Amino acid sequence: MPDTVPPVPPAGPTRSAAPSGPADPALPGAIDPGDGGPPGEAASAERGGIQLINVTKRFPGQATPAVDNVSLTVDGGEIVVLLGPSGSGKTTTMRLINRLIEPTSGKIIVAGRDALGLDPNDLRRQIGYVIQNAGLFPHMTVGTNVGLVPQMLGWGKARIKARVDELLQLVDLAPDQFRDRYPRELSGGQQQRVGVARALAADPPAMLMDEPFGALDPITREHLQDELLQLQEELGKTIVFVTHDVDEALKLGDRIAILDKGSRIVQYATPKEILLNPADEYVEQFLGGGQAMKLLKFSRVADVPLQQVPQAAPGDDAAAVRAQIDAAESTFAIVLDERDRPVRWITVDDLDGLTGPIGDHGTGTARPIRVRNTLQQALEALIQVEHEWVPVVGPRGVYRGTVTLSTLQTAIKDMKEQTRSRRRQDKAADS
Amino acid sequence: MIPAEGILSFWEYLASRRELLVFETWQHASMVFQCVLAALVIGVLIGLLVYRRPRLAAFATSTAGVIFTVPSLALLGLLITPLGLGVAPSVVALTLYSLLPIVRNTIVGLSGVDRTLVDAARGIGMGRRRILLRIELPLAWPVILTGARVATQLAMGIAAIAAYVSGPGLGEQIFSGLARLGGANSINMTLAGTLGIIILALLFDACFLIIGRLTTPRGIRA
Repeated sequence: MPDTVPPVPPAGPTRSAAPSGPADPALPGAIDPGDGGPPGEAASAERGGIQLINVTKRFPGQATPAVDNVSLTVDGGEIVVLLGPSGSGKTTTMRLINRLIEPTSGKIIVAGRDALGLDPNDLRRQIGYVIQNAGLFPHMTVGTNVGLVPQMLGWGKARIKARVDELLQLVDLAPDQFRDRYPRELSGGQQQRVGVARALAADPPAMLMDEPFGALDPITREHLQDELLQLQEELGKTIVFVTHDVDEALKLGDRIAILDKGSRIVQYATPKEILLNPADEYVEQFLGGGQAMKLLKFSRVADVPLQQVPQAAPGDDAAAVRAQIDAAESTFAIVLDERDRPVRWITVDDLDGLTGPIGDHGTGTARPIRVRNTLQQALEALIQVEHEWVPVVGPRGVYRGTVTLSTLQTAIKDMKEQTRSRRRQDKAADS
Repeated sequence: MIPAEGILSFWEYLASRRELLVFETWQHASMVFQCVLAALVIGVLIGLLVYRRPRLAAFATSTAGVIFTVPSLALLGLLITPLGLGVAPSVVALTLYSLLPIVRNTIVGLSGVDRTLVDAARGIGMGRRRILLRIELPLAWPVILTGARVATQLAMGIAAIAAYVSGPGLGEQIFSGLARLGGANSINMTLAGTLGIIILALLFDACFLIIGRLTTPRGIRA
C-alpha cells in the first residue's frame, strides 16, 4: 500500500489556515472562532490593524440599533470579510471604521490610533475606500481620480504623476493608455481597477471595500478577485471587505465574520473553519449547503497529504523497478525525467517480460496538477484521467506526490475530524 | 398693407438710423448680459444655500416662481415707485426674472449629483467645501448653464419691455413704432427692434453652446 507523507509546504499563498493544530501562528491575537465577545486589547495594531470595541450605532427613529454592541479585531495585513444578508448592518459596520457613519457609542482603533479622536478627513485619507461601481468621478480623468488623495495630502506634481503611473501599472492598466481617459470610456472591470488604484494612492495601511465587485459580470469578478489576492500578497494591507456573496467571502477572506441582524457576529473564523464547523443553523443556512464541494474549492492541494508511489527513471532496470513496486505493495510506479518531472506511469503489466532499462514503456501521465491548485481542480483532473492517479508538481514542475479520489476523501474526513477534536479541546480548555 | 417699397425702405431705415440702432443693440445686449450674470451669481449662491435642505429648496423655487408669474409690464410699473425710471428698474426686473431658471436648475443640478459619488468623495477624505467645488459644482455645471441659457432667452424678450420705463435697449424701437402705428416708419421701427432682438438672442445662444462646450469636461459631455 502506498503510504502517505506529511503535507508539502505550501508553494503559493495559503489562503486558508493550517488544517490542524493551534491557531495559525501568522495570526497573533486571533480571537476564538465563533466568539463574538470583546477581543483582547493587545491585538496587533501595527501594520494597520483595526479594532471595534463595543461599538453601537443607533439611527434616529429606529427601534433597534443597526449595529448592536459589536466588537471585532482585524489583524494587520489580513483580509476580513463581513458576510451577511442585506439589512444585517455589514455596510454600516464598515462605514463606522472610516467614520462615514459616526458611532453612537464604543471605541474604534485604526492602526493603533483612536479613530474617533482624529479629524475624519485625515482619518479617511489613511484608509483606502472602494465602493461598488468604483465611484470614479466622471468629470476627471483616470489619472486625476487616482491622484486625488496624494493631491489633498499636498504632494508635488511630479511625485503624484509618478505615483499614478506606478499604481496604474500595479492594477494592470497601461499608464500611457489609460491616464488621460475618462471613466466612462472604461469597462466596468477597468473602472473598478482604477477604483482600487485610487484607494491605494497614498499607500494607506488599511482599506475598506464595500461590495466592490458586486456589479461586475462573473468572469470579470473572478479576475478582479484573483488580482486582489495577488495585490494583497505584495502589499499586505489590512482589508475589511463587505459582501453578501458566500463564495467571494470564502475565496478572499483570511477570516470571515458572519453577521446577523444588528451586525451581531455569529461566527468569526477562517473560511475552512466555517465550512467544516458552522457555528449554528443560521451559518449553515447562510452557507447554503454544499459545504464539502465548497471545501474542495477553497482548499489547496498543498494542504492535503499526498500519496507517495514508487519512483523510477527511464534508465532504471525493469527488474529493479519491479522489485521496488513489489516492496511498496503497489501495482505501478511513476517515471520521472532527469529534472524530476513526471513523465509516465508504468504498471506491473507493462513490466511483464521486460528486461533492461524501462525506457519509454508505460503510459504518459495526464497533465500534472500543481500544489497551489484547489482540491476542486484536482477532483476535476481525477474525473477526466484514464488512471485513478494524477501527479502533483511543485515549482518548476518537480514531482511532489500523487492524488487519488481517496486522497481527497480522506483529506475532507481528516479536516472534519481535526476541527471536531480541536473544538472539543477548546471547550475543555474553556471550562 | 405693406407695399413692396416698404421692405426697401426698411433697409433705408436701417442705414439712416445705423448709429442709433447699433447703440441700442449694444445696450440691449449689455443689459441682458449683466443682468443674467448677476442672476447667475445670486441664483447659484441661493441654490448652494438651499439645495441640501429640501424645504428651503422648495421655498426658494416657489418664491422665484411667484416672481416669475408677475407680468413683466406690471413688475416694471411697480418698480417705478421705489426706483424711478430708466436703467434701475429695468435691471432689477431683468435680474429677478432671470433668477427662476437659474435657481431651479442649480438646485436640480446639485441634487442630481449621484450620491454615491459624494459618498466616494467623503470616503477618500474630501471635506465639504472641496466636495462642493471639485465634485458637485462641476457635475451640476451643465444643468446650471442650461438655466442661464434659458434665463438669457427670457431676458432678451423682457428687456424689450423695459422701454416702458424708459429703460435702455431695442425695446425703444418697438414701443415708439407701436405708439405711432400707421405713421411714417412705424413698421420699420418695430421690425428693426424685433429683428434685432431675435438676432441677439440667436447670437447669445450660440455663445452658450460654445461656453458649454469649453467648460464641460469631456468625461460628462453629452
